[in-house]
Amino acid sequence: MRRLFGLLLILGTLASAGGVLRLATTTSVYDSGLLDAILPGFERETGLHVQVIAVGTGQALKIAGRGDADAVLVHAPALEAEFLRRGLGVHHRCVAKNRFLIVGPEADPAGVRGARDALDAFRRIYAGGALFVSRGDDSGTHKKERALWRAAGLVPDGRPWYLESGSGMGATLTLASEKGAYTLTDLGTFLYMRDKVRLSALFDRDDPRMLNQYGYMEVNKKRFPWVNAAGARALGDYLLRPEVQNMIGDYQRARFGRSLFTPLFGRCAVPVKP
Amino acid sequence: MSEVIEITLRSLLVSGLATLLAALFAVPLGLYLGLKGSGRAGRAAIYAGMALPPVVAGLIFYFLFSRSGPLGALGLLYTLPAMVLAEALLAFPLIAGFTLAGAAERAPRVRTLVRALGGTERQVLPTLLVESRRVVVAALAAGFGAAISEVGAATIVGGDIRHATRVLTTAVVLETRRGNLEAAAALGAVLLGVALLVNAFLVMLEARR
Repeated sequence: MRRLFGLLLILGTLASAGGVLRLATTTSVYDSGLLDAILPGFERETGLHVQVIAVGTGQALKIAGRGDADAVLVHAPALEAEFLRRGLGVHHRCVAKNRFLIVGPEADPAGVRGARDALDAFRRIYAGGALFVSRGDDSGTHKKERALWRAAGLVPDGRPWYLESGSGMGATLTLASEKGAYTLTDLGTFLYMRDKVRLSALFDRDDPRMLNQYGYMEVNKKRFPWVNAAGARALGDYLLRPEVQNMIGDYQRARFGRSLFTPLFGRCAVPVKP
Repeated sequence: MSEVIEITLRSLLVSGLATLLAALFAVPLGLYLGLKGSGRAGRAAIYAGMALPPVVAGLIFYFLFSRSGPLGALGLLYTLPAMVLAEALLAFPLIAGFTLAGAAERAPRVRTLVRALGGTERQVLPTLLVESRRVVVAALAAGFGAAISEVGAATIVGGDIRHATRVLTTAVVLETRRGNLEAAAALGAVLLGVALLVNAFLVMLEARR
């Protein structure tokens, strides 16, 4: 029995000798393998073991908002501002950006390719009545999609062509592919899934409304005294370091012919103000 | 490959300990209720427990162990002990229920036998355990199967943290999400293989007793 508990300890806290830092983040940065590529350098330097919990942005902020994580890396500026305003997080920093794309069947029955801008694209989908898959899970991408419908003055809820998957981006892309439907996706996940789905990038343009910004926040130690604030500060500093920022920009660029993430060097493209 | 072994060992450890922990309480309870013969409410409650959704079991322990929750000071959220407790809660009604059903059927015969051989009422329960060993093994298999195969509770209280709380089922979900469907299916095959080994061991145990 004692041996069992020893094994449990070893398997449970492989590298906890130097302390643990818990980062709640979104599946779109974790599933691409970006964090597995850049975090080992930080772990070597500090001796901290970074435990990544990859969920949707909404859930990541909920977890951190109960003090169950030390830092968050998410992509929903409005929710991030609220998190700061409620005093749950401090020291917001902009880490990277990429863009949202509208993807769908190659035949493009709604004519999204010819859209003037993102809102026009959403209006065309609405008018065409072509199937559209929504994440429906309070993730950063879902928040963005709802904001786009709102900005276009449209309410898709209850329409027979509006499907909610309630699952992650990868699963949602698979669903859209099987159904021949349109969906909104972040660039990183789409590039990763491109070969596995029959979907084409139909709206892939430098539209400010399609900007996808990733922000890092430390959980407020004043509010949650047990958090590893020093570690969270150190990780933020590390992520914003020029050489790490360049690593983020170069990640998988050779493989996909374009950057999955564009470094922001701390300069937010969309302001996040509490 | 070494990471697959690590994850497999962790899965075995978590579901194995959860099954043992649950059995420690569930087998005696099942035998006792089976022996009593009455207690329909208890039986209904145990059977209903089999319907507990793993995600809900996970949420119960999430709220208990969250830093802002009643037991937050223990710092158990996103650790293996929390996962063991959640899986044990899921295995408990299965083990108790199977044991109860099997024991209830054998209880009258065992009691008559023990009495005929001059035994006391107190000796009925241990004899019932021995006589119901096949049922208990089936109950353990059901409990272990529930614990090792579920993903909802493991995700919520474990967090699928690499090198810390990732088990086979949460790894399957991760690979599926990443679009690596072949890798996900391979991990599923590993899980089934492990379950086969464990159950072969259980059945051998049953034969030797």
